[in-house]
Amino acid sequence: MLIAHLDPLASSIFSLMAIVSLLLAFVMLGSRWLNNYLYAFAAESWVIAALSAAVGFYGGYPELYLIAVLTALFRGLLLPYLVGRIIGRLNVTREIHEILEPSSSLVAGAFGVIFALIVSYRIGASLGLAGTVAVLALTIMLSMKLIGFLMLAVRHEALSQILGLLVLENGIFLGAQILVPGMPLLIEIVILFDLLVVVACFGVLVRYLVAHVGSTSSLDLNRLVG
Amino acid sequence: MAGAFLLAMLLAPLISALACMVIRSPRIAETLNLVSSIVVFVTAIPLTVLSAHGSHYYLEDYVVIDVTGAWVILCTSIVYLLASIYSIGYMRLLGEDERLWSFYALFSGFALTILVSSVMNNAGLYWIAIELTTLVSTFLVGFERAAESIEAAWKYIIIISAGISLALLGTVLFYWCGSFVLGPTYDMTWDALRQAAPKMNPALAALSYLLILVGYGTKVGLAPMHSWLPDAHSESPAPISAMLSGALLNSAMLGIVRYLVIADAAQTGQLARVTLVAFGLISLLVGALFIVRQSGIKRLMAYSSVEHMGVIALGFGIGGPFGVAGALYHMLNHSLNKSVMFFGAGNAMRSFSSKEIKNIHDMWGRFPVQGALWLAGAAAITGAPPFGLFLSELVILRAGFERGYDWAVYAMVVLLIVIFIGFLNHFRAMYFNAGESSGSSAKPVSRWCVAPMWLALVPLVVFGVWWPQSLWNHFMTASQVLSVVSP
Repeated sequence: MLIAHLDPLASSIFSLMAIVSLLLAFVMLGSRWLNNYLYAFAAESWVIAALSAAVGFYGGYPELYLIAVLTALFRGLLLPYLVGRIIGRLNVTREIHEILEPSSSLVAGAFGVIFALIVSYRIGASLGLAGTVAVLALTIMLSMKLIGFLMLAVRHEALSQILGLLVLENGIFLGAQILVPGMPLLIEIVILFDLLVVVACFGVLVRYLVAHVGSTSSLDLNRLVG
Repeated sequence: MAGAFLLAMLLAPLISALACMVIRSPRIAETLNLVSSIVVFVTAIPLTVLSAHGSHYYLEDYVVIDVTGAWVILCTSIVYLLASIYSIGYMRLLGEDERLWSFYALFSGFALTILVSSVMNNAGLYWIAIELTTLVSTFLVGFERAAESIEAAWKYIIIISAGISLALLGTVLFYWCGSFVLGPTYDMTWDALRQAAPKMNPALAALSYLLILVGYGTKVGLAPMHSWLPDAHSESPAPISAMLSGALLNSAMLGIVRYLVIADAAQTGQLARVTLVAFGLISLLVGALFIVRQSGIKRLMAYSSVEHMGVIALGFGIGGPFGVAGALYHMLNHSLNKSVMFFGAGNAMRSFSSKEIKNIHDMWGRFPVQGALWLAGAAAITGAPPFGLFLSELVILRAGFERGYDWAVYAMVVLLIVIFIGFLNHFRAMYFNAGESSGSSAKPVSRWCVAPMWLALVPLVVFGVWWPQSLWNHFMTASQVLSVVSP
C-alpha cells in the first residue's frame, strides 16, 4: 500500500497537486467564458499528468510515466484542441442565461467540498487512514464529482456540459492515481481512448444540434416532456 | 466448443457492421444484418445451455460465459433477431435509403457492444463496453435527424455519460477496496472481487456499491435516473426502441446484479438489497404516474419499460431462488413482450402518421390481425394471464413474502394494478373509439412488420402456460451462483 508509508515530501507534493486541480475546477465553476473553461481544463489535465509522474516516481510504478505522457497528450492537448474546434464552429463564447450566478455556484461548490470532506473523513477513519493523503484524494475525487454535476446542472451551453463531463472524469482519474496507482495499465489506456471517442461523438452531435435544432443551449431542448 | 460459438456470435455482427460500411447498399445491408442476427440467435442457445454446466473463461480470464451473462445474451439475441426482421419492413417506410447502410452498420455494432458487455469478466472493461453501447446507440436514437430525435440523442448521451461516470468512480473505489486484500495490482475480475469481498471494509464497499447502483441504474432506467429513457425510446426508430428496451437495459442490469453479489459478500448487511428494492418501487411508482397521464404512444411504452426494470430490480433485490428465477424469467418475457409493443406502436405511428394516442383510433376495425396481436401484447405487458409476465411477476411476489419483504410486495401489487388500469385505458381509446374522419388516411404496413409480432407473442403465450423444467433448472443454477457465500 503506497499511501500508508509515504515520505512527507511526496505526500505534500501529491496534496499540492491535488489541491491545485481542485482550484482549477473552481476556476471553471466561477467563470462564464467558454474559453476560460477550456484553459482551466487543459491546465488541470497537465497537473494530473504531473501527478501521475510524481506517483510513479515516489511509488515505484514506472508504467505511470507512460500514463503521464498519454494524459498530457490526450487530456492536455488533444481534448482541448478538439473542444476548441467545436467552440470555434459555434457563435457562442460565453454562457448567456445563467441559472445560478457564478458567485453563487462557487458557494454551492464549496458546500459540495465540505460534504465530500465529511464523507471521506468517515471512510478514512474506518480504514485507519485518517490524516493521510488518501483522505485528501478521496475528498477531491468526490468534490470534483459534485462540482462536475453542479456545472452540468446550472450551465446549459452544450460546451459547458461536455466540459462538465470531462471534469467528472478528471476527478476520478486524479483520485485513482493516488489511491490505486497499481490499477492495470490496460484499463487506464482504454479509458483514455474512450474519452477521445466520447468527445468526437459530442462534436458530431453538436453539429447536428446546430443544424437541426438551431441552438446549442439546453434551454431550447424542451420539445420532449412528460 | 463454447469458445467456437462465442467467436461466431461476436464475429457475425462485427463482420456485418464492417461489410455494411464497405458496401453501402441498403438491400445488402439489411440482408447482412438479418443474417448476423440469425447467427447470433443460433449460437446464443447452445451457449446458454453450456453455461449452466459451469463458467467458461477465455483470453486470460478477460472473457467469461457464465450462467447469468449467458441469459442476458439469450434475451439480447432474441430481440436482435426480432428487431432485424422488423427493421427490414419499417426502415423502408422511412424513405432514407441512401443512409440506410449507416443505420444497419450502427445496428450491428450496437448488438455487438451489448453482447461484448455481457461477456466481460473484468469490471473495468465491462464499464467501457457499457460506455460503448451508449456511444453507438446515440447515433441510432438520432437517426431520423428531426429536431426531436437530436434532442433525445443529446439528452441520452449527456445523462448516461454523467450517470456512468458515477459507476466508474464506484469501480475505482471497489478496486481500492480489493487492493487492501489482494495487493496493489490485480486483475479486477468478478470472481476476484467476490473472493476479496468478505475482507473488504464494509463502509467503503457500501459507498462503492451505492455509486455503482446509481451509475448503472441510470443506464437501466431506474427512477429517478430514468429521465433520458422516455425521450430516447420514443424518438428512435421503432426497432431501435425495442433494442434499447429489451436488450440494452438488461445488459446494464447485469452489472448491478454482479456487484450486488459482491456487496452481499462484503457484509454491507441489508443495505445493498433494500436500496435496490427501493429503486425498484420508485420506478414502479414513476412508471404508474406517467402511464396514467400519457399522451404519446411510444412514451407510454417507454414508461412501461421503466416499470418493468423496476420489477426486475425488485426480483434481484429480494433475491433467493424465487426472486432470481422470477427476475430472470421476467427479463426474457419483457424482452419478447416489449418487442411486440414497440413494433405495434411503430406500425400504428406509420399507419396514422402520428405519435399521439388521441390520433390513433379504430385499430380494431382497420387492422384486425395486427391489432389483435398488439392488444394481446398490451394485456400481456400489464401482467394479465395467460402470458409469461403474469407468471414471472407472481414468482417475484412470492419471493417477497418468503424473504420478509411484505411491504414491498403490497406496494408492488397496488402499483401494478394502477398500471394495468391506466395502460389498458389507453388501448381502449385506441381500439374502440371510432375516429371522426373516415379511414382513408390509415395505411397498412408490410408483412415484415407483422411477422416478428407473431414470433414474439407465440412464445410469450407458451411461457405463460408452461414453464419448462430446463429453464427452471437454469434459474436455480443462477440463483446458487448469485446467492451469498457465507464468509
